[in-house]
Amino acid sequence: MGDPITLIGKWLENLLYSWGLMPGVVSLIMAVIGVVVIASAVLVLDILLVWVERKVVARFQDRLGPNRVGPFGIIQPIADVIKLLIKEDILPIGADKIVYNLAPIMALGTVLLLWAVLPLSSTVYGTNLNVGVLYIVALGAISTLGIIMAGWASNNKYALLGAFRTVAQMVSYEVPLVIALLVPVILARSMGLTDIVEAQSIWFVFIAPIPALIVLITSIAELGRAPFDLIEAESEIVAGFHIEYTGMKFGLFYAGELLHALTVGGIIATLFLGGWRGPGAETYPILGIFYFFIKALFLYWVIMWIKYSLPRIRIDHMLNFNWKFLTPLSLVILIVMAIVDKIVPKTSMLVYSLVMLFVNVVVGWLTLQLLRRNAKSARMRVAEPKPVARPEPSPTAATSQTSSSSS
Amino acid sequence: MTPLQIIFLITSVGILGSALMVVTTRNLVHAALWLVVSLFGVAVLYVMLSAAFLAVAQVVIYIGAIAILMIFAIMLTRRVAKDSGPQTNPNWTWAVVVAAALFGGLTWLLSSWNGFSTPIPELSSRADPLSQLGQALVSPNAYVLPFEVASVLLLSALIGAIMVAWDRRSG
Amino acid sequence: MLNDWLFIGVFLILAPIFPALALVIPRLIAPRKPNSLKSQTYECGIETVGDTWVQFRVQYYIFALVFLIFDVEMVFLFPWAVAFDQLPLFAVLEGVLFILILVAGLVYAWRKGALEWT
Repeated sequence: MGDPITLIGKWLENLLYSWGLMPGVVSLIMAVIGVVVIASAVLVLDILLVWVERKVVARFQDRLGPNRVGPFGIIQPIADVIKLLIKEDILPIGADKIVYNLAPIMALGTVLLLWAVLPLSSTVYGTNLNVGVLYIVALGAISTLGIIMAGWASNNKYALLGAFRTVAQMVSYEVPLVIALLVPVILARSMGLTDIVEAQSIWFVFIAPIPALIVLITSIAELGRAPFDLIEAESEIVAGFHIEYTGMKFGLFYAGELLHALTVGGIIATLFLGGWRGPGAETYPILGIFYFFIKALFLYWVIMWIKYSLPRIRIDHMLNFNWKFLTPLSLVILIVMAIVDKIVPKTSMLVYSLVMLFVNVVVGWLTLQLLRRNAKSARMRVAEPKPVARPEPSPTAATSQTSSSSS
Repeated sequence: MTPLQIIFLITSVGILGSALMVVTTRNLVHAALWLVVSLFGVAVLYVMLSAAFLAVAQVVIYIGAIAILMIFAIMLTRRVAKDSGPQTNPNWTWAVVVAAALFGGLTWLLSSWNGFSTPIPELSSRADPLSQLGQALVSPNAYVLPFEVASVLLLSALIGAIMVAWDRRSG
Repeated sequence: MLNDWLFIGVFLILAPIFPALALVIPRLIAPRKPNSLKSQTYECGIETVGDTWVQFRVQYYIFALVFLIFDVEMVFLFPWAVAFDQLPLFAVLEGVLFILILVAGLVYAWRKGALEWT
């Protein structure tokens, strides 16, 4: 195969064997090299993401963004990193030193660990765990723990409150996320991410658009990005769980969040958008890496688009949206798709996919009808006359107002 | 010793050490975090037994849900996070005697068991343990009844939890 | 299979080292002059009032509880989903029944008002 990365790996393995090392030692060394390469590549990408994020948000807000340091401001993130490195590191009074320092490490470390299972192309991947999907869920669980550690160890009311909100949001949205993640597992009959990509001769997003949408929404909530950023609502709890963190420790949280956003894009691309699949990716695996990152960056852009377009939602709306809308919807779509999968014969993949798509559309349409009725009743309830006395809008007041504003 | 045995020993020492920290540390949040370390060590043991599903389930459920629930409970109960009471029970001498007897008895019993020296039977490479587990869970010849009963158990746990924690509204 | 996990194990050991390195460098080059005023915890500019341990709502706990139940349920369903090819229709329906029993719990929590944030 004409894949340089595999060739280098094979050459290195042969070199190590020729030195007379035991197979166990060789695989250990290969694993260490693989981890270091993946982790460093991802971290370099992370530094670039700072620039991407700032540039894209600037365009959304009709600004230029960083444009002074280097061409198009591309060296700006390096300057940011240097600034963060030489900032004073403040340990707040009463903070729990070890837990306080461990939390940012966990925040970035868990995101890095996600890249161990993401298949970048048909030949380039960390491992193909047979429990890959659950591994992703498990890492999400550990990152939740990191946030609660950060909030508790800071010895700050806002940090603790922010951590509580974050954890409540993360555990709530994990329910529909995990339910929706069951759908690609059912479609591919495997939890291994490589197997799931192999199974997508037709992208799962066309077979299961509703679960794909649920995974996207819940992943944004897990990320804590707008509109689900009430966990760090500046006007209420200042900065949430990382309020007391300064310098590079804050930088790790920030880098972790950006990288997590891209990683989520990569996970959704793998589960629903065919991962590395694309024209020519089978014969030239190196193309697969390109396709994978294009899809991941596209989803990252969608996440940014949502972040900078929607306002923050309230905590009761956040919880209602999850428990009374997303969870029932994901359960319904899971049950329906599980049964339809067994009834429809798999002889023709096209017919099967079309039936699945049709089922999704029907469920989606019914959901929209239900939502419309609900919204109507909510509007009626709000429009009911309140017991509070309101001043009658009189024509004289209106005219005086317009005249005063025009003068 | 094989590398696997060395990893096993390190993990076991880690599990026991962090378990000891759980009961000796006076800060309840620290105790909960040490418990997480201990539970994570158990997950590593599962991996070494080739029980990958059990390992991730351990992390998802015990660390992701139960440990979080415990930390929430600690933080909801005000002013008990730092325990200053005595850490030992007046009956601790008896407890030591019973524990030592139990440990000695188990060691004696297990020393005559041949399970340690018999090699592990190789799993057939074709068999997918996860798929077999899935089939066994819903197969009438295997565990379908416990599977459905587990669901009922979870349901009753949910209802019970809401009854206990949410009774200020019901009255 | 253990080879797969060797990679994960190595990653698990090495992954914290990268961020830890980023925390060690500032120790060497960043200024470090703590004083008692600077190290106060932040509270909108005023001096910190009272204890950090404020009372939290019990709802946080309820949501974590409901989550725990659903989490356990979902983990059970993953092997069922993997084995889908080998399952006859009634076995799939058993899985659906498993879900529906739990849905009863969700409906109960909903009707009881435990999912409200008021």
